[in-house]
Amino acid sequence: MKTVSPFLELEDDDRVPVRFAGRTLDLPDGANLAAALLAAGVQVFRHTAVSGAPRAPFCMMGACFECLVEIDGVVRQACMTDVREGMEISRPHESEAEDAIE
Amino acid sequence: MRSSELVIIGAGPAGMAAAATAAAHGLSVTLLDEQPRAGGQIYRDVERVAAKRGTILGPDYTYGTTLVEGIGRGGITHLAGAVVWAIEEGFRISYTQDGVAAQVSADRVLLATGALERPMPIPGWTLPGVMTAGAGQIMMKQSGILPRRAVLAGAGPLLYLVAAQMVRAGTPPLALVETQTRGDLLKAARHAGGALRGWPYLAKGMKLLAELRRAGVPRFAGASGLAVQGEGRAEAVAFRRGGTDHRIACDTVLLHHGVVPNTQAARSLDVPHRWDAGQACFVPVVDDWGLTGVDGVSVAGDGAGIGGAKAAELAGRIAALGIAHALGRIPRERRDAQAVPLRRALSRELAARPFIDAAYPPFADAISPADATIICRCEEVTAGDIRGYAGLGCLGPNQAKAFGRSGMGPCQGRYCGLAVTSLLAEANGRTMEDTGYYRIRPPLKPVTLGELAAMETPKTNTEKVETGT
Repeated sequence: MKTVSPFLELEDDDRVPVRFAGRTLDLPDGANLAAALLAAGVQVFRHTAVSGAPRAPFCMMGACFECLVEIDGVVRQACMTDVREGMEISRPHESEAEDAIE
Repeated sequence: MRSSELVIIGAGPAGMAAAATAAAHGLSVTLLDEQPRAGGQIYRDVERVAAKRGTILGPDYTYGTTLVEGIGRGGITHLAGAVVWAIEEGFRISYTQDGVAAQVSADRVLLATGALERPMPIPGWTLPGVMTAGAGQIMMKQSGILPRRAVLAGAGPLLYLVAAQMVRAGTPPLALVETQTRGDLLKAARHAGGALRGWPYLAKGMKLLAELRRAGVPRFAGASGLAVQGEGRAEAVAFRRGGTDHRIACDTVLLHHGVVPNTQAARSLDVPHRWDAGQACFVPVVDDWGLTGVDGVSVAGDGAGIGGAKAAELAGRIAALGIAHALGRIPRERRDAQAVPLRRALSRELAARPFIDAAYPPFADAISPADATIICRCEEVTAGDIRGYAGLGCLGPNQAKAFGRSGMGPCQGRYCGLAVTSLLAEANGRTMEDTGYYRIRPPLKPVTLGELAAMETPKTNTEKVETGT
């Protein structure tokens, strides 16, 4: 499913399907996962443990840890991860049932 | 365990240049970097991207390909995607690569860890849709992705560069909201001599501004009261200017008010740091060769003080000469002679810095934010909380951790450290130097038990490694 994205993609690379929060997204193969999710219209990557506030990528260089997502069961920084076909991605510490792409 | 005479951490301009120079003098070098490909942030992914988007990103970016080519020579092992999480004296460097922890030993260590965006705590800066200007540029470089409706806010030449690159890519920003004032420019005027010596930088700045003018990008200079507004995500930037309130609706906000040295690795080795008032940041104390007070540890590039990519490259080469001499590969006279042209070029590169630093100072409202503003993004500690700790007798950032967990989240203080120090310094009427900074301890980046379990390590090291987690 393609949602309207606040981001423009300059190139149209080969895409592969991944799962994010229970939905299938087609992302550019080998691309930076954080950037690819943003371009696909994902706006909330996780919620904070303290107040439940929504967060999304901030530094894109592995320093801020705002883009943490759960990938195939391991919580990782999306901005330090490349897109691979079939990745199962979810917001950390949230069940898929509660998730929705904003 | 892998072993090298020199381990360099960071494959940006300083690290790449140092690796090439060190290898040219016969040193065995291991170059560790977190990213899948060399370049650092400034030349992010340049080898792959230069041909695709070189026109948008400009020649100062594509120049980085020469540095990447330089690390292809013999004697250099570039470990890409290697996240360093501990540096022990001796030296033993622990890192994770492809989900497996590993170690490399070295006689000397060069930290080329570059810069981080200066923390810019303003209301709403934690909302999705708010990123650093550097992040916006990284997405442009590595991924070819640009925000369609963005406002760039803060101060510094990087905002002009990112805005111009966005114009070239066909998605100009909606506006530049700039926090520097006319008074800042007047204060900067006393550095005009240096600015003239560093004229190429000024000429580039003027060219970028002309590009933005031609594209019709509105600029609001002297803005105050900057805030990001929105329910659950960034929807607008609000600010005051000349007695008038403004609000610009947008989807993305790119914040920037300078970059500061990334000192995490140096601090973890107890390298002494000092407060640099001109650059408003802590810098490691280094000598002319980048050598620190800790035996065998050098720092080069923006991690030792902000000078930009070209200065970092030169400092990397100078540091490598110093290391080659320390390891007995070149006599003092040859080291000094080879450094002469590098130092001359470095001095030219740095000439315009004092002017730029004074003309684009940190945004005052983000140095002393309103009480409700979040300072520590990870643990959601506010400016008011920090001031409250000061009222209870908290003198320094390490105590602040105990009071309210600031700096104890996964970013380990990278995006709150300077703000916490300045809030405590202000509240207690003490200097930044006396207030100090977080004590940084390994692991520098989170490491999982699974990664550790997969580590191949000599038996004698096992116990120490496990206690380090």
